[in-house]
Amino acid sequence: MTSSQPSATSDAPALRLQHLLGIEGLSRPDIEALLDLSDRYVDLNRRADKKMSSLRGRTIINLFFEDSTRTRTSFELAGKRLGADVLNMSVGTSSVKKGETLIDTAVTLNAMHPDVLTIRHADSGAVHLLAQKVNCGVINAGDGSHEHPTQALLDALTIRRRKGEITGLTVAICGDVAHSRVARSNIHLLSIMGARVRIVAPPTLIPAGLERFGVEIYHDMRTGLADCDIVMMLRLQNERMQASYIPSIREYYKLFGLDHDKLSVARPDALVMHPGPMNRGVEIDSDVADDIERSLIREQVEMGVAVRMACLEVLAQSQLEPWAKNQ
Amino acid sequence: MKRTIFKNARLLDPASGLDSQGAMLVDGARIADIGPNIFVDAVQDDVHVVDCKGLCLAPGIVDMRVSTGEPGNEHMETLATAAHAAVAGGVTTFACLPNTNPIVDDVAVLEFVERLGRDVGLVNIHSYAAATKGLQGKIMTELGLLHEAGAAGFTDGGKAIAHAGVMRRLLSYARLFDTMIVQHPELPELVGSGVMNEGETATRLGLPGIPAVAEVMMVERDLRLLELTGGRLHFSCLSTGDAIEAIRKAKARGLQVTADTAPPYFALTESEVVGYRTFAKLSPPLRTEDDRRAVIAGIADGTIDAIVSAHTPGDRDQKRLPFGQADFGGVGLETLLSVSLELVHNGDVPMLTVLKALTDTPAELLKFPAGRLRKGHLADFILFDPDRAVRIDRDELRGKSRNTPFDERPVQGRVEKTYRAGNLVFDIETAPVPERRRFPDA
Repeated sequence: MTSSQPSATSDAPALRLQHLLGIEGLSRPDIEALLDLSDRYVDLNRRADKKMSSLRGRTIINLFFEDSTRTRTSFELAGKRLGADVLNMSVGTSSVKKGETLIDTAVTLNAMHPDVLTIRHADSGAVHLLAQKVNCGVINAGDGSHEHPTQALLDALTIRRRKGEITGLTVAICGDVAHSRVARSNIHLLSIMGARVRIVAPPTLIPAGLERFGVEIYHDMRTGLADCDIVMMLRLQNERMQASYIPSIREYYKLFGLDHDKLSVARPDALVMHPGPMNRGVEIDSDVADDIERSLIREQVEMGVAVRMACLEVLAQSQLEPWAKNQ
Repeated sequence: MKRTIFKNARLLDPASGLDSQGAMLVDGARIADIGPNIFVDAVQDDVHVVDCKGLCLAPGIVDMRVSTGEPGNEHMETLATAAHAAVAGGVTTFACLPNTNPIVDDVAVLEFVERLGRDVGLVNIHSYAAATKGLQGKIMTELGLLHEAGAAGFTDGGKAIAHAGVMRRLLSYARLFDTMIVQHPELPELVGSGVMNEGETATRLGLPGIPAVAEVMMVERDLRLLELTGGRLHFSCLSTGDAIEAIRKAKARGLQVTADTAPPYFALTESEVVGYRTFAKLSPPLRTEDDRRAVIAGIADGTIDAIVSAHTPGDRDQKRLPFGQADFGGVGLETLLSVSLELVHNGDVPMLTVLKALTDTPAELLKFPAGRLRKGHLADFILFDPDRAVRIDRDELRGKSRNTPFDERPVQGRVEKTYRAGNLVFDIETAPVPERRRFPDA
C-alpha cells in the first residue's frame, strides 16, 4: 500500500462490527464511519492501479442462494481490490440442491476458515440464521424482503457525494415497498441520518404498520414527489403480477411509473435513483433513467464497489482479534 | 384391593367447585371418597397413606388438542413419547389430531391409532377423525361409522375447513350423532403465504404477515352456518380479540359454540419472533399484546371454554430453517399447567376457573369420563405445587421433540405426581432425567 492510498486499517479502527446483517441497529456514527471509508475507496477505484493489499491472505466467500449478477460482481471486485482471496458459490453448484440444509452448508464452509461470508438468500432471516452458526464475519447481501444494507449504504454514499449531506433532505421511495429489502434498509438508514422519508405506492404494495417507521405515506406520485430532493424508485417485481397486487403493468406505469412529467413536481435539482435492474416502461421511463442531469443510477453502481470494500475491510479487521484468539 | 388415602392435600375439583383442605380415598382404580371431612386417623391398617404435604390435588388434565407423529412421523413423536411428556405435565387424557400418515379418515386407521394408544397404557389416548377425506376439505368422512368406532370429534386439524358448503353439511350431518366439529379458524385466502402476525413487526422483519381478521372472518362465517344448521361447533386455538368477541356474542344468543386457546396465546406475543425464532412460529401466529389480554379476558369470563396444549412436535430439520421455510408449531404438553398457572399468579383468572378449562370442560365437550374428582370415577389426578419456581428448559423436556416457545421462561408451579386409574405414572422425584440432547438454536 502506498502512502497516497487509503489506509483503511488505520482510519477505521473505531468501528467494530461482528456482522453486517442490517441497517437497523446501526448507529449514526457507525454509518458515517462506513461512508467516510467508502469515500476514500471511490478515489482508489478511479485510478489505474486499483489493487490494495489490506486483506491479503484473507478469504471471502460469496454465498449466493439467489441469482444476482451485479451484487455478486460488486462484492467480488471489492474483495479482490483489497487483495483478498474471493470465492463465489452460487446455489446451482452447491450441495443445497442435493438435500444439504442451509445450516449444513454454513457449517461446512465455516470449517474452511473464511474471514467473511457475504450471503444472499430469498428468505428473510436466513442470513441471520447462518450468522449464528459461523465464527467469521457475515455480510447480508440481501435476505428476502428484510434488508439489503450495502445497497442502502451505497445509496447514502451516492446522495451524500452529490448533495453534501443527507440530513434535512426529503427522499421519496416509490413502488413495491411491500417486497423490497432495499426500501426497508433505506428507510432505516435515511431516518437515522435525519432525512425526511416519504413512501409513494399503491396501498397493496405498502406493508402493514409501515407508518410506525416514521415515514409519510402517499398514494399519488404528484403529491408524494412534490418538493422532493431525491426520488428513489424500486423495481416492480413482475413475478408479483400473478398475485394481483396491481391490476396491470400498463396501469401501474400510468399511475406510478416515473417520467419527466411526474418528476417535474419535485425540486428542480431533484435526483433520481434506482437499485436496478430496471424495468423500463414499468416503474421508470427510459428518458428519466438515462437523463445524465437527473439520474444517479450508474453512479450508484460505482459507489457499490466502494461501499462493499469498506464493509469487507471493517468486518475482516473486526474478526482479527477474536479470530486470532481462537488460533 | 389396594386402598390409598391421600391426606393433607388442597383438594381442587372445578366440576364441583371444591377448594379446601382434605383427603381423598382411592380404592383400586377409582375414587372411593373425597372431601374435607374424611377422618384420616381412623383409616384401617391396610390402607396406604400418602401425605400430600399441602400440595394441590386436582383432576388429571384433559388435553383436547395434541399432535403426535404416530403413525407416519415417529421420528418427531410417538404416542409413547407423547404419553411420557403428557404425564410429566399432568395430562392423563388427551385427544390426537387426525393429521397423521395415513390420515385418520377411516375406521381402520382410527381403530389402529386407538389400539396403539391403549398399548401405551400410560395415559388415556383418544383420537379425532378427519372431518373430510384426506383433510382435503371436499368430501366428508364417514362421520357415523367413525363416531361409532370412538372418534372423539371431527376436525381437519391444523387445516381450516375452508369451503362454506362443506362446513354447512358437516355441521348439519354431525347433529345426528351429537358430536363436535372442531374448526381451525383461519381463512386460507387471507393467510396466503403468511408466516407470522401481520403488522409492524412482520414488516420490520420482512416476513409475510397473516392478518388478524383471517381468524374473525372464519369465526363469523361459521357462526352464521351454525345458526343455520344447529349442531356443535368448536373453535380451536383462538388468538385474537375480535374472534373472542364474536364468540362471546354468539354464546349470548344461545348458539352451541365452544372454543379453546393454548398457552402461547395468553403468555406470549409476536415479539417472540424477533430474531427469527422458529420455535415461536405457530399456527395461528402469536399476536399482539391487546390480543393476548383479550384471550385472558376470554378465559376469565368463560368465553373460552378450554385450554389446550396444541402440542405440535417438530424435528430439528423442520425447525432449523429460515423462518419462512420452517414448520409451524411448538410442543406444549409438559408446560401446559405451569404456564397456565401464570393466569392465577398474575391475578387474572381464579384457580378453579383455570383448572376447569384444563380438566372438566374439555372432558365434558368430548364426553370423556374424566376431568373430575368424584366418588366412583377413575382416579386420574395430579399433585402439584402451585408455587414452586422453575425455569423451563427444553433440554429437560421428556417428549421426543423439544421445540418449545417457552424455553428459558421462569414459571411458578410444577406437577409433582401424576396418577392414572389410581396408579402413580409420574413422580418428579423418581422420574428418569431426560437425556440431555441440546436442540440447536431456533
